[in-house]
Amino acid sequence: MAKELKPQEFIDSLNHQPPKKGWMDLPVEIKKGRYCYVANPKSLETLGFPYARKWDPLEEDWKLPENWQEILHNGFKERLKRFRSIKVFMDTCVRCGACADKCHFFLGTGDPKNMPVLRAELLRSVYRNDFTMMGKLLGKAAGARKMDAQILKEWWYYLFQCSECRRCSVFCPYGIDTAEITIFGRELLNLLGLNIDWIATPVSNCYMTGNHLGIQPHAFKDMIDFFVDDIETITGLRMEPSFNQKGADILFVTPSGDVFADPGTYTCMGYLMLFDYLKREYGLNITWSTYASEGGNFGFFTSHETMKRLNSKMYAEAKRLGVKWILGGECGHMWRVINQYMDTMNGPADFLEVPVSPITGTPFTNAASTKMVHIAEFTADLIKHGKLKLDPRRNDHLKVTFHDSCNPARGMGMFEEPRYVIQNVCKHFYEMPSSTIREQTFCCGSGSGLNAGENMELRLAGGLPRANAVKYVHEKFGVNMLACVCAIDRAALPTLMNYWVPEVNVTGLHELVANALVMPDEQERTTDLRGEPLQSAEDSE
Amino acid sequence: MEDKYKFAGIAIIVLCCFPLVCIKFLGMRYVFGVLIPYTALSIFLLGFISKVIGWSMSAVPFRIPTTCGQQESLPWIKANKIDCPFTKKGVVIRMLLEIFAFRSLFRNTKFSMDKNGPKMTFSWELWLWVFALAFHYSFLTVIIRHMRFFTDPIPLCITIVEKLDGILQIGLPGIFISGFVLLGAICFLFLRRIMIPQVRYISLAADYFPLLLIIAIVLSGMYMRYISKVDVVGIKSFTMGLVMFKPVIPDTISVMFYIHLFLVCTLLVYFPFSKLMHMGGIFLSPTRNLTCDTRQKRHINPWNYPVKVHTYEEYEDDFREKMIEAGLPVEKES
Amino acid sequence: MNEKILIYGGLFVFCAVVTFPFWYNLGNASVAPEILLSAAAKEAQTCVADKSYMKNQHMQILNIWREDVVRQGTRSFQGMNGKMYTMSLSSGKDSCMGCHTNRSQFCDRCHTYASVNPYCWDCHITPKEIN
Repeated sequence: MAKELKPQEFIDSLNHQPPKKGWMDLPVEIKKGRYCYVANPKSLETLGFPYARKWDPLEEDWKLPENWQEILHNGFKERLKRFRSIKVFMDTCVRCGACADKCHFFLGTGDPKNMPVLRAELLRSVYRNDFTMMGKLLGKAAGARKMDAQILKEWWYYLFQCSECRRCSVFCPYGIDTAEITIFGRELLNLLGLNIDWIATPVSNCYMTGNHLGIQPHAFKDMIDFFVDDIETITGLRMEPSFNQKGADILFVTPSGDVFADPGTYTCMGYLMLFDYLKREYGLNITWSTYASEGGNFGFFTSHETMKRLNSKMYAEAKRLGVKWILGGECGHMWRVINQYMDTMNGPADFLEVPVSPITGTPFTNAASTKMVHIAEFTADLIKHGKLKLDPRRNDHLKVTFHDSCNPARGMGMFEEPRYVIQNVCKHFYEMPSSTIREQTFCCGSGSGLNAGENMELRLAGGLPRANAVKYVHEKFGVNMLACVCAIDRAALPTLMNYWVPEVNVTGLHELVANALVMPDEQERTTDLRGEPLQSAEDSE
Repeated sequence: MEDKYKFAGIAIIVLCCFPLVCIKFLGMRYVFGVLIPYTALSIFLLGFISKVIGWSMSAVPFRIPTTCGQQESLPWIKANKIDCPFTKKGVVIRMLLEIFAFRSLFRNTKFSMDKNGPKMTFSWELWLWVFALAFHYSFLTVIIRHMRFFTDPIPLCITIVEKLDGILQIGLPGIFISGFVLLGAICFLFLRRIMIPQVRYISLAADYFPLLLIIAIVLSGMYMRYISKVDVVGIKSFTMGLVMFKPVIPDTISVMFYIHLFLVCTLLVYFPFSKLMHMGGIFLSPTRNLTCDTRQKRHINPWNYPVKVHTYEEYEDDFREKMIEAGLPVEKES
Repeated sequence: MNEKILIYGGLFVFCAVVTFPFWYNLGNASVAPEILLSAAAKEAQTCVADKSYMKNQHMQILNIWREDVVRQGTRSFQGMNGKMYTMSLSSGKDSCMGCHTNRSQFCDRCHTYASVNPYCWDCHITPKEIN
């Protein structure tokens, strides 16, 4: 178990040499520390998913329905019609191996089936057997396998060792996207009730209460009020956030993780302070919703249908409240869903206006149809127009590097906006090596619903390439703060840093903004949002 | 693992011997010279078309390009118009670069690990890109050059390609650069598959087979041109007969030619049912051929169906009391 | 729909390219060239080697001759029929061109047909051209 291994021991145990035995002949071995607990049947029932039951991955019998092979075959067939991506990706891979050493899970575990190409081959081999002439004719010689319980277990085990980060797809000469294959594969597994609990229960919570953590409306407000108290201690000002307010200008949706756990909470405080600043200075009214209180969408890790069911709340709530447009907080896969799926699934959002910043007048034409703007775009625009009074010296105690989160990077292309914001609120900013940032960024190792506790070994392994790059800038420039725009990052990276580079902390973008933001009539700040003394305060003493 | 390329190798040897035996001992020149080539070409065309039509029949429900550069957002931020194309024009350039310059493969990095550090490093790795390009372009040149056997009079462009290809004027008959580059590149690709442990691990017999098949085609062709010599005029009268649907079988054509031809026919038949269809697939990859203006223009999913949702009304019904108590606005007071 | 047009259009272009030799030659009456032997050649009856060998290998012989003449200074060659010949492409009665006097009817016909571009004539000139 990795938890007991020291980092150096972990590294020493890492072996990237493939085993002697061919992968088709290598039976799957489900290892503790690499998989997540299976879905609670209650959560599946809430959502109306089939075959909700108790089962154990380590047992021989997974209590599958009698005709599970038929269900999978039909599910596969139907989806080949629905998704050209899958059909083309099944046919075109030449196994050039360019993707092999691009996957953080392969780099961190050395398990050959974590090479993107082999992860896809697990499904592709069955596709060949079931749907291609070559496979039917030549069988194993053509790389075809007949589906059996062993293969199904392999699918489950390895499809939940992919964080859908799309790094492989950047390097693939045909753009084959393992995320797409994982999404599809997990959708098939859900036909048999084979989900993991870290996904199924948040999805069920989100469906019923509006957020993954199952925070009920009054509790949601309470938690925010708690931050309001904290902010008052630091700034002497009392924030007045509004909830479910009809007629507000803008609806704000962010992952509920930021309301719940450090260091996301500081980012949440950052939002509150920014919005309050904008209200005091410019009269802008931004409201939070308790119904659509989740930006993240673990439905995306379940099936396209579930993603749509959860996502529908954003537009529904914006319509009900009659806001002009929607502002989205810092989150990774949330933005993949918003940027590439939401409008198609739940649009057209013709009840909203094309987003225009009421303060700077900048029209966000790139969001003209979806009508949802990323807060980094929004804040960057404010800063560019000089609408925020900032004192970057308050972040002088931080040497910051920026981790591009997978989805805003490869599913959106948002690179410059957060960097612009950081460079305006911090004076010390250092980039990690170019092959580990922007479109080549490495995942935190816990994306796509894998940030549970029981698979810690997998998470530490998957996060190794990222941590390794952070370590590099830490040693070279003394970087002590890793900034990101993703709630899963904020939940996962602290653990990762704690293990690999304990000297580095993790922050959201808007925590840094709020540290630097000079609020009207605020008291002189002596600490940052975390209660850490400011360097400038120390200097003046 | 070894049985995979051995298996492919044996298949190639059998494929070479097959025409040899049939022609030497059974005199099946008409079968190998006329029937098989026509059948192979038909299978190639129909197979290719039906595969691509099959792809086209599947929906593209979501616009899911992989964004490999800065998005188009605020006017003062310079967007990457090619790697994150906001317009159709950008997509066309992105696709042209993918198809003609293997743009994505160009990014390839190689990972190495220093366990005492510990340090992972990622260095730019160009060889795969170089040899992949060399292979595809030299193969294309060879095919274009071969058109001299299928056209009469020979179009100028083909003659020009041939002239350029033979520009070195080494030996007699003069060597064609493309053939040797092709042989070199494909041997690299084959050796790479065998020597790099990870690539070897992922390779199937279906990966070795086309490589060895092409190697066999190249070698048989080179053998005829540079070593054994053949009755070129006789061969051309044969190939012209094929393309004019008036097949003639001159008896001066050597068996090696039939082997060469049969291997090419095998490649044609194998093509549409194998990974070689990446030739068509690259055009249809949804992570590359779609615009990244996903928030600006709505993409239509042809099978978008209504789903069961938990509405606000249901939600308020669940929590009304608590909401009122917490001072949250509600739609219905009780 | 727009996209379907693109895909099918692309397929059409692909098919057109693949079938290029079939439609390109439509209406052309391509016939393999017959070699016209000059009177001198007819009279000599045999060449330095038999006909089928010469057909496939003449360029090899010329290549060897060039090597022998230029590098070794050897100038005579014993044909397969036992006769001695001067190793020369174009000078003298018993050179190649001495017998095969008409370049366009003897050499060029096949070379053009098969798109072979020997560089013999970069240096040599045919006897006829002198006249």
